[in-house]
Amino acid sequence: MPIPTRHFDALIIGAGGAGLNAALQLAGAETSVAVVSKVFPTRSHTVAAQGGVNAALANVLPDNWHWHMFDTVKGSDYLGDQDAIEFMCREAIPTVYELEHAGVPFSRLDNGKIYQRAFGGQSQDFGGDQAARTCAAADRTGHAILHTLYQQNIRAKTHFFDEYFALDLVRDKEGVISGALVLEIETGEPLLIEAKATLLATGGCGQVFRTTSNAHINTGDGCAMTLRAGIPLMDMEFYQFHPTGIAGKGLLITEGVRGEGGFLVNKDGERFMERYAPRAKDLASRDVVARSIVTEVKEGRGAGENADYVLLKLDHLGADVIDKRLPGIRESSRIFAGADPIREPIPVFPTAHYQMGGIPTDRFGRVVIPARYGSEEIISGLYAAGECACASVHGANRLGGNSLLDILVFGRLAGKDIIEYVRANPHRRETDPASLEQAMARLTRWERTGDGVPAHQLKAEFRKCMEDHAGVFRTEEVMAEGYGKLCELRERFKDARLADQSKVFNTARIEALELENLIDVGLAIAVSALNRKESRGAHSRPDYPSRDDINWMKHSLYYRDGDRLDYKPVRTKPLTVESFPPKERVY
Amino acid sequence: MKISVYRYNPDVDKKPRMQTYEVRPVQGMMLRDALLEVKKQDESFAFRHSCGEGVCGSDGVNVNGKNCLACITPITELKEPIVVRPFPGRPVIRDLVVDMTQFYEQYRAVKPYLIRTDSFPEREITQSPEDRDQLDGLYECILCGCCSTSCPSFWWNPEKFLGPAALLQAWRFLADTRDQATDERLDALDGPYKLFRCHTIMNCVDVCPKGLNPTRAIGRIKDLMLEKGL
Repeated sequence: MPIPTRHFDALIIGAGGAGLNAALQLAGAETSVAVVSKVFPTRSHTVAAQGGVNAALANVLPDNWHWHMFDTVKGSDYLGDQDAIEFMCREAIPTVYELEHAGVPFSRLDNGKIYQRAFGGQSQDFGGDQAARTCAAADRTGHAILHTLYQQNIRAKTHFFDEYFALDLVRDKEGVISGALVLEIETGEPLLIEAKATLLATGGCGQVFRTTSNAHINTGDGCAMTLRAGIPLMDMEFYQFHPTGIAGKGLLITEGVRGEGGFLVNKDGERFMERYAPRAKDLASRDVVARSIVTEVKEGRGAGENADYVLLKLDHLGADVIDKRLPGIRESSRIFAGADPIREPIPVFPTAHYQMGGIPTDRFGRVVIPARYGSEEIISGLYAAGECACASVHGANRLGGNSLLDILVFGRLAGKDIIEYVRANPHRRETDPASLEQAMARLTRWERTGDGVPAHQLKAEFRKCMEDHAGVFRTEEVMAEGYGKLCELRERFKDARLADQSKVFNTARIEALELENLIDVGLAIAVSALNRKESRGAHSRPDYPSRDDINWMKHSLYYRDGDRLDYKPVRTKPLTVESFPPKERVY
Repeated sequence: MKISVYRYNPDVDKKPRMQTYEVRPVQGMMLRDALLEVKKQDESFAFRHSCGEGVCGSDGVNVNGKNCLACITPITELKEPIVVRPFPGRPVIRDLVVDMTQFYEQYRAVKPYLIRTDSFPEREITQSPEDRDQLDGLYECILCGCCSTSCPSFWWNPEKFLGPAALLQAWRFLADTRDQATDERLDALDGPYKLFRCHTIMNCVDVCPKGLNPTRAIGRIKDLMLEKGL
């Protein structure tokens, strides 16, 4: 039976901040656009972003985009591409105003302007005093932004495919991406969506790790689809562990707590960040704070019965500030840690949070790969934006408040570029039956019955393996052992089976498809990490404790085929200003 | 601990049934964790869930007769046997998964987006902290549907009565000093059903997992209508 087919100018996979901001540009330009999302759009994980979005509005303290750029380059441990970073920091300002005009209920200052708070790694005047750059809607900024973007898409009459799961990209006879094969979760039936341009905006892959701030849905789907299409993933070894997850649970406690004046203490009540980052203290970069917490616990200064966490103290801020600026945190802490932060500290430990790497793109969201000759080659009609993409603006470590910014700026730009692309390439592309068959095989593979290990069992094993072997500190020995286990898991997965063969809303089947994605992305992280023999940003190796700019100031590119690695240079030349040369990174 | 869940898979079941599972309670366990344990025992059991922290609004269910978000409901607060059913009044797709189409349609019907006729300033539209405070208790809605699906007026007239979630959002935009479509919004809510079918039963307030108060918002809309002489 032929697979039903729909045609659009543009296909967007993912309905978080990046996908919805791109969709809004396209809908406004009368380009027909389909947004495919495996959950109802407001359930996308952008909703969980708490602290805010960075833009040098200078509403509270003096600021300008060039300082923001410096902080981002330094935060990236000089692995970020400076042209993309300059672009993002300049665009931040109109982007936030545009959001405000769209209706985002930002918190306000007495003069009626958008409230901005201090966040980690922010400075005035290129490394001077603390800046206040993070625009916030209390501690629910992501929720406020995602709902506003969805609302504006309702107004723009964007066409949504809610609760459709993307199986794989498909190509035409020439090898150009012609859309994607998707699965309607409710009926369990496949649908081919053909489009002239396809944007991957599928978010992160936090479910790779056992303890994570990420939602159940963050399974690296777009990244895995890219790998299967033969395109590499870039800088996947750089995975951010957020310093303050609720201990034992992994739920996020925003950096905004420390931005508002909260601080970390060990079991002796010592404000230990003073030792690790004498100047910025608790507002040092996330990689620095996460390592400090793990070190405190390893050296026996952890709090609690098992001495396995530290404490985040904020009672001194007073009930008024907490209820006004951090109401969501108070709620989460009471529910999940049993601690009311107005009176007692929150037990915290680093939690897997954010992938700095992803699908390599230029600053227009176009997917790029190294060319045989010359610098880079654009993959015609394929775009990526948001956490799944790597522009690269975060390099080896992302600053808090730059992720909402990244998804909004590059989602918007990708949308605008797709409009141009579709105008220049108006012809419909016909999917090659062989490509479609390959994508369908991903689904029919689960129709095999008989003996085999249940998929969900492998998932738990896989996530623990990633946590044990690709965590905050990584040595050759630990990582090599982890890689071995992962290869074995990848083999065993081939024999995994589903007991439930029904079609209607079969979540076991969706989870099995997601696990396949997770394993592919987990291997990208493990292989890239094992091969990078230096410490830079979030990639911290006790056996290679220093940054090595001579040999390693380059981006990793991981190919699924043969777990192969390639490298490409960092773009150190900004668009209009002087380059920031690598310096020792102290906070 | 015994947990009894509603099971219905249209592929194989002629009619729905309740199925009981034994789950070992652990400290800090939420209802979602218990449902995940059930799924471990029986992968054919389906329910929606995602963030696990009460912000995405996916896992609204009816437990022991009351709607709640599974991920922020501690099992220690629930009396045994724990009986978990899908939201009342919605067509069941499978197990705890219900069809929320109508709920979303009612949301879209209130034009839940900022409308301005003035041109935009170069910077932000300014808004005083006091004016911004008017949006607290409104914008935090996560569209989980706990309120509307526990509202008798919504059960009886889901096509005509907009329901508490949509009306809360209607007031969220009426209350926003930046919005310039007050008359248009009020006109659209006029008539005996859309707004006025609310009989202040207040189930919505009772079940809202975010502590919001749709009944009060509905009252404010009615007050504003009177004030405008509609």
